[in-house]
Amino acid sequence: MPDILELKNIGYSYHNLHGETRALEDISFGVGEGEFVAIVGPSGCGKSTLLSIIAGLLAPEQGTILVNNPDGSLRYPKIGYMLQRDHLFEWRSVYRNVILGLEIQKQMTPSRLQAVNRLLEEYGLDKFRDKRPSELSGGMKQRAALIRTLALEPQLLLLDEPFSALDYQTRLTVSADICRLIREAGKTMIIITHDLAEAVSLADKVVVLSSRPARVKRIMPVRLTLKDDSPLAARNAPEFQDYFNRLWEDLTHDR
Amino acid sequence: MTGKTKKALTRQEQFMLRHKRHHHQITFFRALLFVSFLALWEISADLGWIDSFFFSSPSRVAVCFVTQIRTNSMLSHIGITLLETVASFFLVLFFSLAAATLLWRSPRLSEILEPYLVVLNSLPKSALAPLFIVWLGTGIKTIIVAGMSVAVFGSVISLYTGFRQADEEKITLIYTLGGKKRDAFTKVVLPGSVPTILSTAKVNIGLALVGVIIGEFLAARRGLGYLIIYGSQVFRLDMVITGIIVLCVIALLFYKTIQVLEHRIRIRFKM
Repeated sequence: MPDILELKNIGYSYHNLHGETRALEDISFGVGEGEFVAIVGPSGCGKSTLLSIIAGLLAPEQGTILVNNPDGSLRYPKIGYMLQRDHLFEWRSVYRNVILGLEIQKQMTPSRLQAVNRLLEEYGLDKFRDKRPSELSGGMKQRAALIRTLALEPQLLLLDEPFSALDYQTRLTVSADICRLIREAGKTMIIITHDLAEAVSLADKVVVLSSRPARVKRIMPVRLTLKDDSPLAARNAPEFQDYFNRLWEDLTHDR
Repeated sequence: MTGKTKKALTRQEQFMLRHKRHHHQITFFRALLFVSFLALWEISADLGWIDSFFFSSPSRVAVCFVTQIRTNSMLSHIGITLLETVASFFLVLFFSLAAATLLWRSPRLSEILEPYLVVLNSLPKSALAPLFIVWLGTGIKTIIVAGMSVAVFGSVISLYTGFRQADEEKITLIYTLGGKKRDAFTKVVLPGSVPTILSTAKVNIGLALVGVIIGEFLAARRGLGYLIIYGSQVFRLDMVITGIIVLCVIALLFYKTIQVLEHRIRIRFKM
C-alpha cells in the first residue's frame, strides 16, 4: 500500500495568557490507501488536535503533510469527519440530516441523492427517513451519521472516538458494524480511540502517542490471523492478546 | 393473563380519573375566586363598605364600558393600543434578531458593545419617554418607540446569549462538512435557538404593552393609557378601572396567542 498521506514532523502549541502549551511534537507517520490507522494515547495528549490538523480545521505550526495521490495529482484527499457524538439535529428528519453536507456544499445533484438513498436502504434506515433522530436507536444514529459523512464521498475518514458516547455492549456491535461498512466502501480511515482492544481489533496499524506533548512512541502494524474482517472475531485471534499487551506496556510505562 | 391486563387497565383508568378530577377542581376554584371577588366588590360598594366613587363596582364598570363604546370611542382606544403594542412587538423582534445576529457574527463588535448594552438595558426606559416626545412629537410613532425601548435591549441580550449557547461541536460538524460561518448560523444556531426566541417573544409582548401604556400616559390623545390618565384627571375612576380591566383582558389575550403559537411551533419543530 503506497502512503497517500504522509505526516512529517508535525508540531502544534496552544497559546493563552499564561503561556504556551505544547500539544504535538515531531509527529510523523504515513497512511496507506484503504488502510485503517488507529491513534491511541493517554487522554488529553493532543489526539483530537492531530485529527483537526489532518482534517484541515487547524494549521500545523511546524511540519508538513505530504499528499501522494495514485493519479499523481496534488489535491488534498476529501475528508469525512465523524465526531464523538452523532450530532444529528433534532429539528431535522433523518433524511434531512443525512443530506446536510450536500445541502451545505450545494451538491444536491440527482446522482448524489440517489447514492444517499442507496445507503439508507443498505443500512436499513429507509423506513426511518422521515422520523426524528430521537426515534432511532444508538446504533442507527451512528449509521445515519456515517451516511451523512459518506454522502460527500470522502476518500479519507477521520473518526474522533466516535463510539465513546455509547454503552459498552452497543459500542462493540456498532464499532464492528461501522468499520465493516467503511471497509466495504473502500475508504481509508484514521480513528482515535482510548480503547486498546478496539484499536487492535479494528486497525491495520496502531500509532501510539506519548502524553503531552504528544510524540510518536511506536507505530505497530497489526496482522491478525483468523481475520474474517469482523472486529468481534478479531478479538479471539491468537495474536490479539500479545498486541494488546504491547500497547498496554507502551501506555503504562509512559516516558 | 387477562385478569392482569384488566387490573392494569383499571389502574390506568383510576389515574386518568384522578387527573381529570384534579383539573376540574383547579378550574372550579379559579372561577370561584373570580366570581366571589366580583360579588364581594359589588356588595361592598352597594352596602357602602367602600366608597364607590373611588373604588367603583363591577356594575359601574360594565355600564361605563358600554357607554364608552356607545358615546366615546372605547373600541378605537383599544384598537390603537393593540396596534401600537403589536407594531412595537414585531419591530423589537426584528431589530433584536438582526442585532443579535450581528453580534454573533462579530465577537469583536459584541465585546466592544457589551458595556453599552448592559447600561441601556438597566436604564429605566420611562426616563427616555420625554426625549422621544421632544424628538418625535406626540403621535403614534412616539408611542411605538416608547414600547420598543422597554423591550429591545433585554431582547438583544437574551437572544445573543441564546445564540452563543449553541453546541460548539455541532458548529464544528458544519465546518467538517465544508460549511462556513453563515452555514453554522442558519443550520445550527438559529434552529437551535427557537426555544430562546419563543421565550423572549413571550417576555417582549408584555414589555411592549408596558412601554406603550407609559408612552400613552405622557404623550397621547388616544389609547387605553390616555383613557386611564384622562379618567384620573377628571376624577372619573369608573373610567380608570374600566381601562385597567380592559388592559388585563388584552394582556391575557396576548399571552394566550403567544402560547398557542409557541405550541404550534414546538410541534412543528418536535421540541
